[in-house]
Amino acid sequence: MDNQDLKDFYGETRVFSRRAWVFLLVLFCLTLLLVARMFYLQVVNFDRYSTLSDKNRLLLQAVPPNRGLIYDSNGILLAENKASHSLNLTIEHIKDVKQTISQLAEIVELSERNRENFSKRMLQHRRPYQSVPIKYHLTEEDIARIAVNSYRLPGVSVAAQLVRSYPQQELTAHVLGYVGRINEKELTQIDSANYSGTTSIGKLGIEKFYENELHGHVGFRKVEINARGRVLKVLDKAAPLPGDDVTLYLDVNLQRAAAEALGDHRGAVVAIDIQTGGVLALVSNPAFDPNLFVTGIDTKTYSSLRDSPDLPLFNRALRGQYPPGSTMKPFVALAGLEYGYTDWQHTIFDPGWYQLTKEGRHYRDWKKWGHGRVNLETAIVRSCDTFFYEMAHHMDIDLIHELLAQFGFGQNTALDLAEGRKGVLPSSVWKKNTLGESWYTGDSLNVSIGQGYMLTTPLQLATATAVLANRGKWVQPRLIKSWGVGEVVSEDVVGSVKGHNLKVPKDMLLRDQMHWERMIQAMQKVVHDRNGTARRVAKGIKYKMAGKTGTAQVIGIKQDEEYDEENTAERNKDHGLFIAFAPVKEPKIAIAVIVENGGGGSSSAAPVARKVLDTYFLRDSA
Amino acid sequence: MPSKDFLRKLPQTSYSLQKKPGWLNFIHLDWPLLLLLIILCAVGLLVLYSASGENISMLYRQLTHMGIGFLVMLVVAQIGPHHYRRWSPWLTMFGIILLVAVLVMGAGAKGAQRWLAIPGLPRFQPSELMKLALPMVLAWYYADRHLPPRLKHLFWGMVFIIVPALLIVKQPDLGTAILIAASGFFVLLFAGIRWRLVFGFASVAAACIPVFWMLMKEYQKQRVLTFLDPERDPLGAGWNIIQSQTAIGSGGLYGRGWLEGTQSHLDFLPESHTDFIIAVLAEEFGFIGVLGLLALYFLVVTRCLFIATNADNTYGRLLAGSLSLTFFFYIFVNIGMVSGILPVVGLPLPLISYGGTSIVTLFVGFGLLMSIQTHKKLLPR
Repeated sequence: MDNQDLKDFYGETRVFSRRAWVFLLVLFCLTLLLVARMFYLQVVNFDRYSTLSDKNRLLLQAVPPNRGLIYDSNGILLAENKASHSLNLTIEHIKDVKQTISQLAEIVELSERNRENFSKRMLQHRRPYQSVPIKYHLTEEDIARIAVNSYRLPGVSVAAQLVRSYPQQELTAHVLGYVGRINEKELTQIDSANYSGTTSIGKLGIEKFYENELHGHVGFRKVEINARGRVLKVLDKAAPLPGDDVTLYLDVNLQRAAAEALGDHRGAVVAIDIQTGGVLALVSNPAFDPNLFVTGIDTKTYSSLRDSPDLPLFNRALRGQYPPGSTMKPFVALAGLEYGYTDWQHTIFDPGWYQLTKEGRHYRDWKKWGHGRVNLETAIVRSCDTFFYEMAHHMDIDLIHELLAQFGFGQNTALDLAEGRKGVLPSSVWKKNTLGESWYTGDSLNVSIGQGYMLTTPLQLATATAVLANRGKWVQPRLIKSWGVGEVVSEDVVGSVKGHNLKVPKDMLLRDQMHWERMIQAMQKVVHDRNGTARRVAKGIKYKMAGKTGTAQVIGIKQDEEYDEENTAERNKDHGLFIAFAPVKEPKIAIAVIVENGGGGSSSAAPVARKVLDTYFLRDSA
Repeated sequence: MPSKDFLRKLPQTSYSLQKKPGWLNFIHLDWPLLLLLIILCAVGLLVLYSASGENISMLYRQLTHMGIGFLVMLVVAQIGPHHYRRWSPWLTMFGIILLVAVLVMGAGAKGAQRWLAIPGLPRFQPSELMKLALPMVLAWYYADRHLPPRLKHLFWGMVFIIVPALLIVKQPDLGTAILIAASGFFVLLFAGIRWRLVFGFASVAAACIPVFWMLMKEYQKQRVLTFLDPERDPLGAGWNIIQSQTAIGSGGLYGRGWLEGTQSHLDFLPESHTDFIIAVLAEEFGFIGVLGLLALYFLVVTRCLFIATNADNTYGRLLAGSLSLTFFFYIFVNIGMVSGILPVVGLPLPLISYGGTSIVTLFVGFGLLMSIQTHKKLLPR
């Protein structure tokens, strides 16, 4: 050791002790720094972090309410909720997602669309350990296969949820409508809190109209979860309030009878209970399976439905606007009687046509050679056009309009069939407003036999028939009977719940109430008289029914394809119509039938009505 | 040597002469330190039981680690510091050889080669050995040299520090490398290195940060970036730090109560029984609990520094000083990292975190301190 390197032990000690003190001070300051940091986190920011901590572990889960069920008047289930299973992946439990998906593809069918949607969902924000669905609607077989293979598929799970189902399928499609996935537009309209657990919403029909009542009120569960998203315990919960069940006046048996009676024909049947106004049957043929729409219909199926020339998606009973043809005659005749333009004694001679002036065009009767001398009753029974031409010639169209409006024509009077269309009940004002032309007498002639501008829906026809059968007392068409199995719900209640102001005609009081009886007698003869246009349907009938046939000309409908002559010819045939009610004494049921391109009403539509009424009375007697 | 200085030393020494050596002194244990360590271990077990999800077998294993630690400490304390001084250079050479061996043939865990599996011996990390060997060899080196150290000696001291540090960075284990470099640097500080040199080094180091940044591995960069802004990747790299701060913050003043911490019991807090265990303590025992723990730690460090200042030779005081500061460094880095004022480096919390190696190493260190404290040669008669 060099001399200059000689150690100064005491100098060292001094330096060391001094430094030890300095370091102790520094360490104390650093400890204070830690304390300050902890104070900042634990005391100053306690609220913030304790909220964060709760947000971590507490999850407010929306528990969707079970949608109300829909029953027919017999208590048969029309709409229910069924369990549906989806295939989910929890990415955090999967080593190789691609490999797992290809493994899955060997077990269940995974379409390109499934995979695309899955990748999209993967990009969305989610909590760690939250599973992502890859396929919906697993079949029982799928579920079994996944279960068998689950040991080699970690992170793959099957989840169940309730999905709307319509057991009657096509039969009730146009009555109930259907539910479907909530779309962007609906999202802005609904109460998002109440729908936080719900994926579908009523799109059409009863499902849409009573959406609020059927949906119910959302419940919630406050759960504690761990970092893997597993629910450990339920801390708090409020049960959802299930939606109200709805019982309809609809009678599935009658509905089926009507659909079967229509067979392959395009057309519609509406039957109304006269006492209550309850719609017993509402058929539009062809229909579709509403179950297809519940969880999203695929494009191919949808476009085949949409583009079908038979228009299965089109609700003919509510939205089909047809010229009513001769079924209009009893109503027009009542207008003539009420305002004194005709009476039961008045007769005319029908040569088979009518002229407004001597040189004027011929307004043809359907019977080329005419009916000869006819009075009002025979004009109804045999459906004589000329009688009505003569009456309408002298009558103001606005008088016809006024009386026909009281039967509900020209407006949608139904309580809960919101999709119903108004049809056209022409008047001079109407023509001025829509066509900008003044009313011609010739227009009145056409209207008097239910042609020209006049358009009605099958629902309107059935309603008007019910009102007629009810001797002018208004019959309110409606589908809902009660909530669940409760008492019949009043129209005012539905009106106030829905907040819509239903304008319905008042009860009719004719100057001579006997006109009702005479008219009903005439309509009875349509069926039961040997001269009646619908005499053929009376064969073997056990009850008395009153009716009126009608034939609507299909003019101006463009020919679809020239080469398809047979088809074109078929589509140019007249529409057959028939309105009826029964029994004549104390009428119970009114019905309107239209068979598109069915030809005359007596041959195509009347038999359908007969079958439905037979079913109705068979049920009644049984 | 002025005789005044000699006399000035006397009263202090006479104090230790007057003290009756108790039985703990007889078996070379320092009772205040021993008491503090026992309390710390008890606290550690308490917190670990909760942090491990009430895993009793993990508790037994930790208890075993602590038992082994105590035994090793007892043995280490029996041997006089002059023996350690003699062994210091050989131990360091051995450690460096092992470090090289790890790089060549080490076993990896989580993408890093830190473990050395020698047949017949339990797997261990040579860097643990280095944690003690480096301050020992530096104390050995400066014990015979003029202090404050001359530049030449400083240079060799730096070489002693940089060689093992680089070898450990290579593993890669940045946290341990920094810790070991720091323990070496503390020896230099106690040896009396000039403050202006210290600050000079510090500024040069600061200037080197960009270069350092380029040399860092991607995951290390991630850690620093995430430290600067945990929200950058809340579900990935930022998850740990967000969750640990949430756990700490939600503890409040008094905590949720033992075994009541939701962050750790519901697995939101990662590494809750190892590096992030302070968050469990903070969540369950609140600010008061943290304050208590910090007080305990501060007492331990104070006692260690006291042992250092009272050491009767340069080797002992340099080694003891370095070990004291290193112990505190551990605590500061760990708590700083978990509470979000330092980047995440994988360092356990001394005596609280689960893990055998770190506990045994710590106890060896305390054994050395006790050896220094209890083998003082009384003044030459």
